[in-house]
Amino acid sequence: MTTSDLTTTGVRTRDDTAVIDLAGDINAKAEASLESAWEAAIASSPQAVVLNFESAGYINSTGIALVVTMLAKARARGLPMRAFGLTPHYREIFEITRLADFLAINPDEESAVTGAEGSSR
Amino acid sequence: MTTLTGAFRRRFLGRRSVERTRDVRDADEAVHAPRDDVPAVDIGPNDPLLAYLQSASGAVDVQTLEMQSPALEAMKAAGVKLAVPLVSQGELIGVLNLGPRRSEQDYSTDDRKLLDNLAAQAAPALRVGQLVREQQAEAATRQRFEQELEVAKLIQQNFLPKQLPDLPDWQVAAYYRPAREVGGDFYDVIPISDGRIGFVIGDVTDKGVPAALVMAATRSVLRASAQRLVNPGEVLERVNEHLCPDMPEKMFVTCLYGVLEPTSGRFQFANAGHDLPYVKTATGSEELRARGMPLGLMTGMAYEEKETVLAPGDSLLLHSDGVVEAHNPDGGMFGFPRLKDAVAQYPGGHELIDRVLSDLKQHTGPDAEQEDDITMVTLTRASSSAVRTAAEAPTRQLVEFEVPSAEGNERIALERVSAIVGPLGLDEARLKRLETAVGEATMNAMEHGNKYRADLPVAVRVLTEPDQVRVQIVDQGGESPDHETETPDLEAKLAGLQRPRGWGLFLIKNMVDDAHETTDGSEHVLELIMRTDPAADESHHTQGGVDDHQ
Repeated sequence: MTTSDLTTTGVRTRDDTAVIDLAGDINAKAEASLESAWEAAIASSPQAVVLNFESAGYINSTGIALVVTMLAKARARGLPMRAFGLTPHYREIFEITRLADFLAINPDEESAVTGAEGSSR
Repeated sequence: MTTLTGAFRRRFLGRRSVERTRDVRDADEAVHAPRDDVPAVDIGPNDPLLAYLQSASGAVDVQTLEMQSPALEAMKAAGVKLAVPLVSQGELIGVLNLGPRRSEQDYSTDDRKLLDNLAAQAAPALRVGQLVREQQAEAATRQRFEQELEVAKLIQQNFLPKQLPDLPDWQVAAYYRPAREVGGDFYDVIPISDGRIGFVIGDVTDKGVPAALVMAATRSVLRASAQRLVNPGEVLERVNEHLCPDMPEKMFVTCLYGVLEPTSGRFQFANAGHDLPYVKTATGSEELRARGMPLGLMTGMAYEEKETVLAPGDSLLLHSDGVVEAHNPDGGMFGFPRLKDAVAQYPGGHELIDRVLSDLKQHTGPDAEQEDDITMVTLTRASSSAVRTAAEAPTRQLVEFEVPSAEGNERIALERVSAIVGPLGLDEARLKRLETAVGEATMNAMEHGNKYRADLPVAVRVLTEPDQVRVQIVDQGGESPDHETETPDLEAKLAGLQRPRGWGLFLIKNMVDDAHETTDGSEHVLELIMRTDPAADESHHTQGGVDDHQ
């Protein structure tokens, strides 16, 4: 388990889909970084937003709340949001919290970007 | 001078106690031997001679004095010629009675002057002597009193249980503190041969040695009867019959006797006029009522018998009137309602006793002398999860450490716990779940419990039992942990009807097999339980055990 805070949140665009690469811990300290990543992601007017958790570390309840906030923003814009790279543990947490019902969890970037696993509700 | 001294007769006046009269005479005799034959004369308290001598300016000629006074008559008859009042600070404290001079001449003016001077100097000295005697007598009385208190205390303490029973699934706690003037409180725990346990609390009217002796007798008879008879009502009946014939007048004993069946929690009881016990239940607190007259008042009494079942988590409080009848400086009593509320509100066992004592101190004020004996006995049945662990095996504490209450430090806690618990047989997924729960619990403890105060660290304990790991997260948040109160609902959050946060407790509940909170007033403990043999109970992760009272 890494112990770094989320410091590097990159945003890429692939096929009209914005991919936010989350790296490090997702907790209270990640708030500003996630906000600016969100702004960068929607700047390109994407058709969907994908969260890449491959390099994410520890996600606490505050981190979950930040994802919820982002998901709410996406839904307000009618943007589908998908995710990939979650460890089985966080996948379980996304299921328990029902985030998985609103944010399709894909096995890899390819399926997440193309929406092969289906979009969220 | 010797002739004069030899002729002195003293008589102390009957205004003070008889005791003092004797003391003064003794002192006088010791100083003024040898004496001759003029007999001592008593002056009655209403004799007008008293007032006359008190206001006389010097030696008084007894033979020429005319007054309706029995004492004066007696003095004249005894041949007293001259009475010299001894006055100190305006108070007549004695009289020097002189017979005729040995030369058979009358007392001269010089003689009288000499006697007056002597009286003026002797009176204060005599008064000092009297005071010293008084003080010595008082000190002796006080010492006797203190010794009696000591004896009473010894008797009492000797008859209190030396140790309390160690029952699986039950916690028995007791508190006894005598007042300075030891009252008649007592309690007892009586193991009965069939595995049941008798609990007694009682109070003998009166204080000191008499109360202590009656208490000792009551206890002995109760102990003997408890072994022979099954029903608490019959036991009290028997004790009453034994006590009645020898009970000192105006004394009696209030007493509650109950019998616990530890395996079922069944508690049968009867009450001889003692303050009603309270039971803390899941929903509040209740009085345990049963009718009966105090012991030792009259024979032929019957005692109503009742029973209740103490469920897991329930706690019973037996108490003496020293608690509810404690006064505040304005004269207000602590009272039954307040004690009943305390039982409902506080955890059971030692905690309950400590909290009630602290409330009591607040009520009476910190420096108030304890008015009466205070006795409390609690009997607490472990809650079901604790029952399971207690029944299964010994608990071993692997580690206890602290993390400062500062944002982000939950990482320290969860990583240390993970490193310790890792080798104990939790699979990867369950270890991760425990990590998340420990992280969330530590965050709550730092933020809500300790308010991120630098001086209040969060303590983390890891305990292991053969089939489970227990992690305790301890903060100083006291009675009502300030958690998120609503169950998080993602749809409501996405719709902006709930704030995005508030997932902590929800995650904790869902990550571990069981979680429950306890608090002892200042310390708040959240215990997380993770079974190391998950196959036995795989469904548990979906329903945590945290009470929803936050």
